[in-house]
Amino acid sequence: MNKRPVSRTAIPRQSAGERRRNFNEVALGYTAGMAVAEASRCLQCKQAKCIEGCPVGIDIPGFIKAVTEEDFPTAVEILKSDNVLPGICGRVCPQETQCEQLCILSKKGESVAIGRLERFVADWERLGSRPAATVPGTAPSGRKIAVVGAGPAGLTAAADLARMGHEVTIFESLHTSGGVLKYGIPDFRLPSAIVDEEVNNVKNLGVAIELNSVIGKTQTVDELLGRFDAVFLGTGAGLPLFMHIPGENLSGVYSANEFLTRVNLMHAYRFPAYDTPVKIGKRVAVIGGGNVAMDAARAALRLGADKVYVIYRRSEAEMPARREEVENAAEEGIEFVFLANPVRFFGDEKRNLTGVECMRMQLGEPDSSGRRRPVPQEGSQFRLELDVAIVALGTTPNPLIARSTPGLEVTRWGTLECDEATGRTTRPRVWAGGDAVTGSATVISAMGAARKAARDIDDYLQRSTGSNPAWKENRTGDDKRR
Amino acid sequence: MYKVLEAKKLTADIYLFKLQAPLIARKARAGQFIILRVHQEGERIPLTLADWNADEGSVTIVFMAVGTTTCHLSRLKPGDAVTDLAGPLGHPTEIGQFGTVVCVAGGFAIAVIRPIIRSLKQAGNRVVTIVGVRNKSLMFWENELRQDSDELIITTDDGSYQRRGLVTEPLKEILDSGEDVSRVIAIGPTAMMKFTSLTTRPYAVKTIVSLNPIMVDGTGMCGCCRVSVGDETKFACVEGPEFDGHLVDWDEFISRQTTYLDQEKYSYQCTAGEHREHRS
Repeated sequence: MNKRPVSRTAIPRQSAGERRRNFNEVALGYTAGMAVAEASRCLQCKQAKCIEGCPVGIDIPGFIKAVTEEDFPTAVEILKSDNVLPGICGRVCPQETQCEQLCILSKKGESVAIGRLERFVADWERLGSRPAATVPGTAPSGRKIAVVGAGPAGLTAAADLARMGHEVTIFESLHTSGGVLKYGIPDFRLPSAIVDEEVNNVKNLGVAIELNSVIGKTQTVDELLGRFDAVFLGTGAGLPLFMHIPGENLSGVYSANEFLTRVNLMHAYRFPAYDTPVKIGKRVAVIGGGNVAMDAARAALRLGADKVYVIYRRSEAEMPARREEVENAAEEGIEFVFLANPVRFFGDEKRNLTGVECMRMQLGEPDSSGRRRPVPQEGSQFRLELDVAIVALGTTPNPLIARSTPGLEVTRWGTLECDEATGRTTRPRVWAGGDAVTGSATVISAMGAARKAARDIDDYLQRSTGSNPAWKENRTGDDKRR
Repeated sequence: MYKVLEAKKLTADIYLFKLQAPLIARKARAGQFIILRVHQEGERIPLTLADWNADEGSVTIVFMAVGTTTCHLSRLKPGDAVTDLAGPLGHPTEIGQFGTVVCVAGGFAIAVIRPIIRSLKQAGNRVVTIVGVRNKSLMFWENELRQDSDELIITTDDGSYQRRGLVTEPLKEILDSGEDVSRVIAIGPTAMMKFTSLTTRPYAVKTIVSLNPIMVDGTGMCGCCRVSVGDETKFACVEGPEFDGHLVDWDEFISRQTTYLDQEKYSYQCTAGEHREHRS
């Protein structure tokens, strides 16, 4: 038996000096040779632990085996039968805490680079001359399903349901599909073209997408229930959270959602060729320690800021961001201010932001999240001069659907009340999944929830066969519920 | 794509466009707004609805061509289309049987106060409308507004038509006259709404203002439109756009509204001068 390398195959990347001023992708991807070498490290476990770590249950050893055999078309087929968005997941999934964490190799060395291999296979198909693999669908069921939101959850539910033979229409509020993949994640981490391509793959399964449809406003869920057999809500995260400290609404204080939407969705980095502007200035601080904070900080740097701080109230060890993204950010020159918490923003007489006052923190006993609770140190205030501040502390659910749908209950946090195993909401024929249910979480967990809901929707539709299922008799009643 | 059904100039720089949007027309109510994007490189901008027609499947917007987006929009002809149109967004104006309501509007917003006036009249209120424009040439819809209101007062900054002065002067006279005014609704330029609120404050008359902050998505995702109202931060797109004018932090609002002034001027120069290479 050949000796397997203990370390994973490195992935070529743009150098830090080069990439800190452009929006091109940081990681460049494996060549076929690198992919085969990396795939050959896989032990092909009979009882593959890695699959258990994957929220959508990809046959990981299966596609990796095909890569070792240089049978890339088969690798594509295996991958895509379980994941309609492999190019996206290969880039943004936190594999290190999912499939790769459970890889048996990680006990003695580095795990197989499953994410990089997934990305390689998706890119091989996308860049190849070969037409996209079509997974054969089942016979049309004659059932119609409305999916609300064209983000990770909605696209996954739509693709799964379409493959099951149902007629699916996605209603998307923005002018483009992709949701957070489009407005939130910058090109240097997930190129927009890859999102477009994978959205197209979903459309090719026969899924229709209606853009500029704000469900809860343009049409209500009840109206959709009048025209569709089932509704899946994948509306994602909503209003940005702020700290409720003085000066938070000064000109120059952004939410990460706004800042990233301007840059990513509206292409503000190409102003004035694109009409949407964004303010940068010389000194920028991002508040928060998650992936969104890293994205915002690195985008600000690329837009020309001289100095970009990330202010986080705990220490580096507690940061929720992916290790890889923190390292990328540090390499690019982002300055981390750990154990500090803003207490107020200050501005000039015209109410423009000029700086932030922070307090030093100390870590105390672990709190309910299991992380050590930051405790303010009296008298430790310090100031940073700033032109722009970006608050990246997460979001609260969007109120539009819950407010306009009688009987759809929400938790005390405003997220949709939902059965975890099936995605059923408190309204018959309405399912939900993703950030709208869990609050801010990952792309792949939203996809996993959508997959469960799609399965349950299909079960439900199978059970209520016949041309006149019980609910149809109440259809007029449904319409009147407004 | 959303087709332009009608495009006309009401007066210097002020345009009326009727756009095909059957779903929005079916749902629209007074005080709501839409978000539109003219072309693929465009900004998303909010515009309050001036009218709608569910039978025809159309919505009407009135705007002043003062910036990049409105300038591009003004160049469209019937048969052309805007790339994106979403709505109707925001809470509709609260309409009740209040008694006497004074509606104050300025600039091109004298178009968007009309649906509010009509709804108030239908609900049985006495409606006094005060509109202010810079000069006579900028006045439009005088007959329509007179028809829909119980009383119409027009002011011009330069005295070129009817009363010379600002809208706050006749407003103060009404409040001083002893007439029992139940509420004041103001919509238009920020300074006008601010001074309307300052005028009514000593009289403790409830004053509703329709705010027009910068928005990006307009559906409760980005938080750009946040405004301090009393001790709270409100998101105008999903919690507004109408708020108690006595509680709005006007100076902060103006500062946020003017965040991109320099970039807007630059972008407008590029647009007005047709310097963009990527556009025909």
